[in-house]
Amino acid sequence: MAGINRNAAQILANVVGNKKVGQYHQILISVGELVAHCKPGNFVAISVGGPSSRMVLRRAFAISRTAISPQYGGTIELIVAPHGSGSSWLCGLPEGAQIDIALPLGTAFGIPTTTVNALLVGGGYGSAPLFGLAEVLKERGCRVDMLLGASTAAKIYAPLEGKRSVNSLRIFTEDGSMGETGRITTPIAQLITDLQIDVIYSCGPMAMLKAISQILDGGNVVHQCAVEEAMACGIGICMTCVLPVKDESGKIGNLRSCIDGPVMDGASIEWDLVGQTVVL
Amino acid sequence: MSQLDFSTTLGTAWFSSPIFTASGCAGSGKELAQFFDLRDMGAVVTKSIMTKPRAGRATPRMAETPSGMLNSIGLQGPGIDAFLANDIPWLVEQKARIIVSIAGEAAEEFASLARRLRGVAGISALEVNISCPNVENRGLVFACQLESAQHVIEGVRRTIGGDLPIIAKLSPDVTDIVSIARGVVDAGADGLALINTVLGMVINPNTMRPHLGGRTGGLSGPAIRPIAVRAIYQVHEALPKVPILGMGGVASGADAFEMILAGASGVSVGTASFGNPTAIIKIQDELRAILIDKGFTSMREAIGFAHRPESSVR
Repeated sequence: MAGINRNAAQILANVVGNKKVGQYHQILISVGELVAHCKPGNFVAISVGGPSSRMVLRRAFAISRTAISPQYGGTIELIVAPHGSGSSWLCGLPEGAQIDIALPLGTAFGIPTTTVNALLVGGGYGSAPLFGLAEVLKERGCRVDMLLGASTAAKIYAPLEGKRSVNSLRIFTEDGSMGETGRITTPIAQLITDLQIDVIYSCGPMAMLKAISQILDGGNVVHQCAVEEAMACGIGICMTCVLPVKDESGKIGNLRSCIDGPVMDGASIEWDLVGQTVVL
Repeated sequence: MSQLDFSTTLGTAWFSSPIFTASGCAGSGKELAQFFDLRDMGAVVTKSIMTKPRAGRATPRMAETPSGMLNSIGLQGPGIDAFLANDIPWLVEQKARIIVSIAGEAAEEFASLARRLRGVAGISALEVNISCPNVENRGLVFACQLESAQHVIEGVRRTIGGDLPIIAKLSPDVTDIVSIARGVVDAGADGLALINTVLGMVINPNTMRPHLGGRTGGLSGPAIRPIAVRAIYQVHEALPKVPILGMGGVASGADAFEMILAGASGVSVGTASFGNPTAIIKIQDELRAILIDKGFTSMREAIGFAHRPESSVR
């Protein structure tokens, strides 16, 4: 088992931007020098609701992108959909508001040392961290193709500026309201052959991650997936966000997705045991 | 009044601060050590350890509730061998004070765990968790029946000898917590940890089924604090000489002060650390300021203060 992200810190930070884009908010947070330690795949945990809140748990969000600007110094961008009371509170914050945030947390996407062909697959707002990842991969000289999918157009997160960092982008919606009609997983097998894909980076609903892992089962394509499990703390102490993972010796154990994840090797996750009782 | 003796004792064990982690809410301290020095608080109460490695219950294991949360972890842990090989040496290296919490499926398991821990250097006390609600059946919540609670504590006492203080962790889900408390003290407990989580359930309106994988879970957080204060008050009133480690929804110095007034010698912080990794330090600083503001020169003077007649003066 891994340890907590060694760069993790808890700070008070200012919201320096909050822009509503479709059904989601792009929230920009000034985090100072910590930005240097924020890697694609890492997440943050934010205290929500203010001091008298009845919400006792932090909310976890993937870091979408990082930047350094003369005006705000180091900033991180989060993509937040106001679905629950915690995320709605966050989306309602004005610029200048101060938040209590812990970051960077969890594992990051592994970046290859050689130039590889990478396919990035994002479901819903799960695509958020993939654009920052795409930029890093492009800088390394990798070929980067991207698939985004959701049930409907409003749930697709695909910022215009993000499209510059990929060689190709295909969008799938189940209702056909944007891009191609159908599921995002349908073209993957063919794309692996056509584009000679070496590694798939994925982020989105667990069912999507599982489906990709099944497509890749037995092959040589590496699958780095960022998982989603309900977390109470985000820092490895509550043991609620566990997933059944097989180690190199074949032993299955429940690993914390906040510490040993969120980025995990898709081939090591025992997808059929997710939500089941694991017998050691 | 700037001089404050903030130290406390639980049986023969001395601690520089009355603020502790709560078992099951801090692992073995490694993650919280990223945010503060573990020597800056009373002690790390480790997550209840069992004999064998344990995977715990199925997910979902968590549901947030108003001012609280339900958990259904089911005592996931590495087992005593890995715990003694990794966690204890690490904590000793950090110079943290350590209270080891143990759990078992039968009285014999508690006793055999106590045997493994008896000679281990660096441990200040043993918490005997006889009240975890996330087990297969209520019969395994030893603290719900007087006889089984006593049976566990007697076995641990016999095994451990007089070396380490034993703190029995009790459940609030009983008709009369005072009789259970008195029973485990008679059986050899030196102190009491009050309270474990309260058994609860959340039903998911979408699936229309219990939300947690384990169906029921333990309720923690500020929602249960008045229950904890009541339990501590009742037990301290009946057994004023028995030290109590109080816990249940403490999120501020004022909350910790309330438990001390009710009769707690020490206060554990659990769920608050989930929402704030440095909650323990914040609570400790706030408590120190409150005690000084109220004119106490020693934290121990405040223990059980709420029981004193209105006319009493310090």
